[in-house]
Amino acid sequence: MQLLNKHPESLLDVKMHYCPGCGHGIIHRLVAEVMDELNIRTKTIGVAPVGCAVFADTYFNCDMIQGPHGRGPAEATGIKRAKPDSIVFSYQGDGDLASIGMAEIVHAAIRSENITVIFVNNAIYGMTGGQMAPTTLMGQKATTCVDGRTAKQAGYPIKMSEMLATVDGATYLERTTVHTAPGVLKTKSAIKKAFQNQIDCKGFSMVEILSMCPTNWGTRLDNPSEATKFVAEGMLPVFPLGVYKDLKRD
Amino acid sequence: MAEKKLMKGNEALSEGAIRAGCRFFAGYPITPQNEVPEYMSWRLPQVGGAFVQAESEVSAINMVYGAGATGVRCMTSSSSPGISLKQEGISYAAGADLPIFIGNIMRGGPGLGNIAGAQGDYWQATRGGGHGDYRCFVMAPNSVTELANFPHKCYEVSFKYRLPSMVLADGILGQMMEPVEFTTPEVDPKTLTEPAWALGINNGRAKRIVKSYDLKEGGVEIMVNERVQRYKAIEAAETMYEEKMLEDAEIAIVAYGISARVSVAAMKLARERGLKVGLFRPITLWPFPKARIVELSKRIKHFIAVEMSLGQMVEDVQLALNGRSEVHLYAKPGASVINAEDVCNVIEKIVKKGAKEYAAAK
Amino acid sequence: MPKMEVDVDKCKGCYLCIQVCPKKCIEKSDKFSKSGYYPALDSKEGCCIACQSCARICPDLAIRVYK
Repeated sequence: MQLLNKHPESLLDVKMHYCPGCGHGIIHRLVAEVMDELNIRTKTIGVAPVGCAVFADTYFNCDMIQGPHGRGPAEATGIKRAKPDSIVFSYQGDGDLASIGMAEIVHAAIRSENITVIFVNNAIYGMTGGQMAPTTLMGQKATTCVDGRTAKQAGYPIKMSEMLATVDGATYLERTTVHTAPGVLKTKSAIKKAFQNQIDCKGFSMVEILSMCPTNWGTRLDNPSEATKFVAEGMLPVFPLGVYKDLKRD
Repeated sequence: MAEKKLMKGNEALSEGAIRAGCRFFAGYPITPQNEVPEYMSWRLPQVGGAFVQAESEVSAINMVYGAGATGVRCMTSSSSPGISLKQEGISYAAGADLPIFIGNIMRGGPGLGNIAGAQGDYWQATRGGGHGDYRCFVMAPNSVTELANFPHKCYEVSFKYRLPSMVLADGILGQMMEPVEFTTPEVDPKTLTEPAWALGINNGRAKRIVKSYDLKEGGVEIMVNERVQRYKAIEAAETMYEEKMLEDAEIAIVAYGISARVSVAAMKLARERGLKVGLFRPITLWPFPKARIVELSKRIKHFIAVEMSLGQMVEDVQLALNGRSEVHLYAKPGASVINAEDVCNVIEKIVKKGAKEYAAAK
Repeated sequence: MPKMEVDVDKCKGCYLCIQVCPKKCIEKSDKFSKSGYYPALDSKEGCCIACQSCARICPDLAIRVYK
């Protein structure tokens, strides 16, 4: 009997603090598997955000830095420019990347920084207890819009992959999901491409990954179907999956 | 004989940082320090370094936070409002024990203020500015040559004790041109040993984390207390100041930076008028040269703080003296330039009237 | 015979694995673990086809698939 799925070396074998059914654990594992397969673990430096994934700095088995909310792309820029031989990734949630960090992500794309961004989009703020995110859906309830998001009060959800696709410096942008097993596989190959692009010095790559947050969506923690249904029926129409940019660049 | 070169303050600061081993700079344009990023943009690539014009001062300090975490000598610069934007990043760097280097070419404030030189950021520089319990090593040059040579000391201290460092200058120093002599040695970063905490290509060694948090109970207390020990060591070993004509002085001007330059003229004018005035110039603002001021107070009974602010450094003089001598103030905020005649007149009034506090006369 | 095994110390009882298993091989335990969750059970005898869907979606690396 052969074990088919070894624990990736790029992830420490520790219990992670994420809620039952949260997508972060899946995505951490995929990034780690890719780091193993591309053999980049010993030269990777990851940037952990502020948000539920703040503890990514303790989970990944490579050099890590944890910095201010939203500033991951700027930190990654500094690291990559100071140590160009390293592989640098910034792991961010939707508040980190699309709210407070909006300037940093856009300008990292403008500069076509040769970094890899993992953008976890679960349409809500997790760590701080369920406030509205820039990607929260119309009518979706959150603690700062208890009757549901309205256009008059809070505008409309931002589509980051679509928006960054207009930036010439963005090389590769793909939106995937982890609410199904095939989605997880697709996410892994997108992450792998985003890292390979960095190895090949192709410029800015980002994978936007739709993810579950049962706790703050108010869906059952012991029945994942409510959460996966929210992704399938609520999020997919607003955030269609697919490749939004894929430049070859010489 | 060392070569002297006529340089503008901002450019001397930039060249000085590069000579001291700086190989990464991120900054954003803001008057009166624009020559710093401009100079860095073409000079750094010449020495194999990297320059980024960041989209904001916030982004710049975070780029420096990242680059600094790899052990590279790095720098950001700005002027007052931009330094305000950087405070969170500086706090993070202090909390992560990173030796990043910041240049502040002060201008009039608060708010947009004006674009002329001022000294209104003393509190911001020495009282944190950012949140939490921490200190930065702060040096105040008073000449273009000092601007050129202080980065070397800043990098030495900040790497040795693992804290952010700052050169606190102002728009006058930044813009003026003087002959510069580089008296500090040139540092080739390739000869430096990589610090034991630096992130990078690890080739199988244990992973390293650069972070500023500890959520366990008592964790941050332990971190801060350990830092306090390093701060005490810095106070004991790295305090710097300069004295002029204090041997027989009855009144000591306390001034730093550009105010110290004016105060030299004021001191000489006062001496011509028969007043025994000397100058005590703090060079490190943190650590503030408290011990030396206390020592001087044994025979000097009047100290007058002279600064281009509403009166910020004067509080450190008062704290240090703790009532031992009289403390007076000549303060001119809003980037209005002080002049020797005014300072001298105020000193005369103090001597004649014994006035405690004296705001600038219009 | 392929099979999947659950590390009950890591399992948080989210049951994504149950949801994605194409052969309905996984059931919930009725005993709670040290962590206070009712973990997923190892695959039923002879059921598993080693498609690894469960392992791929498990957020806690609690599943091992053998073939």
